[in-house]
Amino acid sequence: MLNFFALILACQLAGEVFVVATKVPLPGPVIGMVILFLGLLLKGGVPDGLQKLGAGLLSQLSLLFVPAGVGVMLHAELVGTELLPIAVSLVVSTLVTLVVTGWVMQRLSTRAGQ
Amino acid sequence: MTGELQTIWVYLAASPLLSLTLTLLAYIAGQWLHEKSGQNPLVNPVLLAVLALVALLTVTDTDYASYFQGAQFVHFLLGPATVALAIPLYRQVHRVKDSAIAIIVAVICGSLTAVTTAVAIAWALGASEQTILSMAPKSATTPVAMGIAEQLGGLPSLTAAAVILTGIVGAMAGSSLLTLVQIRDSRARGLAMGVASHGIGTARALQMNEVAGAFSGLAMGLNALATAVLVPVLLRLFW
Repeated sequence: MLNFFALILACQLAGEVFVVATKVPLPGPVIGMVILFLGLLLKGGVPDGLQKLGAGLLSQLSLLFVPAGVGVMLHAELVGTELLPIAVSLVVSTLVTLVVTGWVMQRLSTRAGQ
Repeated sequence: MTGELQTIWVYLAASPLLSLTLTLLAYIAGQWLHEKSGQNPLVNPVLLAVLALVALLTVTDTDYASYFQGAQFVHFLLGPATVALAIPLYRQVHRVKDSAIAIIVAVICGSLTAVTTAVAIAWALGASEQTILSMAPKSATTPVAMGIAEQLGGLPSLTAAAVILTGIVGAMAGSSLLTLVQIRDSRARGLAMGVASHGIGTARALQMNEVAGAFSGLAMGLNALATAVLVPVLLRLFW
C-alpha cells in the first residue's frame, strides 16, 4: 500500500513539475492522472494494491471538497452584492451544460455504435 | 464561557486536530442525512457539511486560516485522488477508445455552452464586468479556473467560490436532470457531469457506476484544457 501511495504522489509531483516547466494550462494532478494512465497502459493492468488504494481515495472524493467549500464563505459578501446575476448564471449555465454535453455525447456515441 | 472552558477552547482552536475532526464529523453527519433522505441528491453531504462548518466558524468567530490548518490534511488528498482517477479511466479504456471522437466533440460543445451561457446570463442580469469575467471559467476545475480568471482580469477568489457552487449544483441536480431529458447512457451521463461540474460532479458520477466515473474524470481533465483555450479566445471575439 505504501509503495502505491508513493507512486501516486510521485505521479502528482511529476505532473506539478511538468506544469511549471511547460506552463501548460492544466493543474499538476491532472497531468499526474495522465502519467499514471500511461503507466497503466504500458504495464497492461492495475496491480491489486493500487486498485484498493485508488478505490479508497475515490470512495470519499466528495469529502475532499469540503475545506474548499468552507472557503466560499470568505466571499459571501462579494457574492451578496450581485447575488441574483451570479446565482442565476451559475445554476442555469450548469444545468444547460449538463443537458448539452450529455445530449451530444449520447447522440454521437449511439450513432458510432450502430 | 467560564475562564477554564475559554482556555481549553483557545488551546483546541489553535490545534489542527479540532478542525480536522469537525470536518470529518460534519461530512459524516451530512452523509447520514443523505442516507436518511433515501439518498435524495438534493440532500447533498458536501453542501450540508459546508453549511454546518460555516455556521460553526461564524458562531465561534474563527477565521478560515485557522480552520484550514486542520482541514488542509483533507484538502491535500484532492491531488492524489485526482491522480487515482487514472485507474477507473484505464479500466474503461476500451469504451473511451470506441467513442473518442464523440468525447472530444461533446466536451468542446459542453465547454462552449458553459462559458457562453454563464457570461450571457450574468451580462443580461447586469453583473459588473469583473463578475462576468470571474464567472466565465466556472465549470473548469478550481486551479485552472482561477488561473483563467486572473489572466482575464476577473477576481480569482470569486471564481473559486463559483466553481465550488457549480460543482454542488451539478452534483445535486445532474442525475435527475439527465434522466428527465432521457440521457441514460452511462458514458454520456458521466461526461456531462465532468464537463459541467468538474471534480464534485465526478464524485457523484463515481457513485452512479464505474463507467460514468471514468468518463466524468476524463471530461474534467479535457474540459480544463478546453476552457483554458476557449475562454480567452471567446472573450477576445465578443468583448
